[in-house]
Amino acid sequence: MSIQDILLQQLANGLILGSFYALVALGYTMVYGIIKLLNFAHGDLYMLGSFVGFIILSFLSTYIGDGWAGILCSMVLSMIAVGLLGVLIQRIAYVPMLSAPRLSILITALAVSMVLYNGVMALTDGQYLAFPTDLSYEGFDLGNVFITNTQIILVGASFILMIVLYLFVHKTLYGKAMRAIAIDQDACRLMGINVNKIIALTFFIGTSLAAAAGIMAGTYYGSIHFFMGFVIGLKAFTAAVIGGIGSIPGAMLGGLLLGLLESFGTQIPFIGTEWKDVFSFSILILLLVFKPTGILGKTEIERM
Amino acid sequence: MVNPTNTPSTGISGQDNPGGLSGWLYPQKNRMFILMTLAVIAMLIPLVSNNYGLEVMTNVWFYVMLCLGLNIVVGYAGLLDLGYAAFFAVGAYTTGILTSQFGVNFWLTIPVAVCVSACAGLIIGGPTLRLRSDYLAIVTLGFGEIVRIIARNLEITGGASGLIGIERPTIFGFQLNQIIHFYYVFLILAILACFVSYRLQHSRLGRAWQYVREDEDAAEAMGINRVAVKLYAYVIGAIFGGVAGCFFAAKMTAISPETFMFQQSVLILLGVVLGGMGKIPGVIIGAFALVLFPEVFRGLGSMRMLVFAVVMLIIMLYRPEGIWPAKKS
Repeated sequence: MSIQDILLQQLANGLILGSFYALVALGYTMVYGIIKLLNFAHGDLYMLGSFVGFIILSFLSTYIGDGWAGILCSMVLSMIAVGLLGVLIQRIAYVPMLSAPRLSILITALAVSMVLYNGVMALTDGQYLAFPTDLSYEGFDLGNVFITNTQIILVGASFILMIVLYLFVHKTLYGKAMRAIAIDQDACRLMGINVNKIIALTFFIGTSLAAAAGIMAGTYYGSIHFFMGFVIGLKAFTAAVIGGIGSIPGAMLGGLLLGLLESFGTQIPFIGTEWKDVFSFSILILLLVFKPTGILGKTEIERM
Repeated sequence: MVNPTNTPSTGISGQDNPGGLSGWLYPQKNRMFILMTLAVIAMLIPLVSNNYGLEVMTNVWFYVMLCLGLNIVVGYAGLLDLGYAAFFAVGAYTTGILTSQFGVNFWLTIPVAVCVSACAGLIIGGPTLRLRSDYLAIVTLGFGEIVRIIARNLEITGGASGLIGIERPTIFGFQLNQIIHFYYVFLILAILACFVSYRLQHSRLGRAWQYVREDEDAAEAMGINRVAVKLYAYVIGAIFGGVAGCFFAAKMTAISPETFMFQQSVLILLGVVLGGMGKIPGVIIGAFALVLFPEVFRGLGSMRMLVFAVVMLIIMLYRPEGIWPAKKS
């Protein structure tokens, strides 16, 4: 393989990895932007999304098949189900803690994450489950590089989701309310915005995007596991920070950038795939130390 | 000089609380008596317990030490550290590598492990302690993962299968190789850890930690160098973890990177939070709960971690300060 082929192949890998990261990072960034909470359970909601999708798809496959139609249906249903669960978690666990010290709410988020992954572990006995899809391996050649239709469809779907989200946040009244709450909650209350409703909506959207990413990952990798959300949660947070936490275009940019960096990083001599995670966590640490606001983030002035 | 009665105390103190059960508990004399009784009971446990019980209790003392170490970071200084297992790993691997591959005497590896884990604390804490608490949590989490992956990928650490054949330590020609020997070793370590924690808590540094935890900006305005104070907490916590790791390696004689997964860090953190952050008896109770809960509920099988997690969540929601919280002064 020539160098161009390798680069092209890594570009394809990086784009698909990056779009998963971006979808999960969006949830982090939206929740963080609106209530300044680092939702540790977010990666687990991604995992849960793929498991709920797995269950729905197993039911649906007898009626509408396990092709793209089935995947689309189960994706929509799983996004709704997991999104509602996200709202439930917010109501039960985070609302009572909002006035508590930051340490308490972080630990609560951690406990929620533990409940979710231990729950799935208990239900599945810690097994890897094969995602019940039957997709062809068709695709097309670009020189020595082979790109499957699955890869193109998944990247396309995540871009569509991101564009829809962008339009929602910037063109609708609800989106405007979200952006306003991120700036000043109390002022929003005075303006007659139902703050709690909008926060719940934010959780719903963020969580359902993670669930969508979970199903896509299940389709792409072919197997799902209760612990799959941990590493991607960490990576997606890295992506959100790269782009500037709280910024929606930043999360998309950061996710794609991290995916590309990772897949090109595996080609650098001495950084094989086994060092991939060290590579991205080092980026995270260096970034937080030297430029904690990220690429598109704004510097926050702390008032006392 | 600071008047001892003015010391902001989070321990069992306060002569201003007479009468009733608390009045009986509080005076210095009775407290010493209770502590001595508890210590004697702890020493006598091997007489009545079988090997299984001893193994569990040894584990309890081991987690008491780890939790007290993390308590310095989380409880005293108020910094959320999600990668504490990394320091524990650094200590264990230092001892493991030096004894099994270089034939160094176990006792000589302890000072080395102290230095290495303190350095690890400095390296990760130095640049990151200026960050906000939630960023710090993620950075420490990433650091914990980095340490584990390095241990898995390097040759000197034995790769994914880890190190085996770590020599058991000898003391005055007597080799520690029975579980009962390690029971006493870890009991002594736990008592030492309690003592050091107690002294630290009531030192000038301990008070500085409390001020920084309660209000960073006000503390800085009072002339406390908040980054330096946090760094102290971080490094001292790291040393606790490192020393515990040394003895862990000696007890197990084999270590593998999977021991130091993220779940290990979370488990230690749970011990601290469950009992009551920043309070020594609370943390000890937390460590007991941590080890005994899975043992008692062994019958639940794979559900027990779920039950544990749910209990954790309920405690956070209804008693965010822990089972036996520190008194606010």
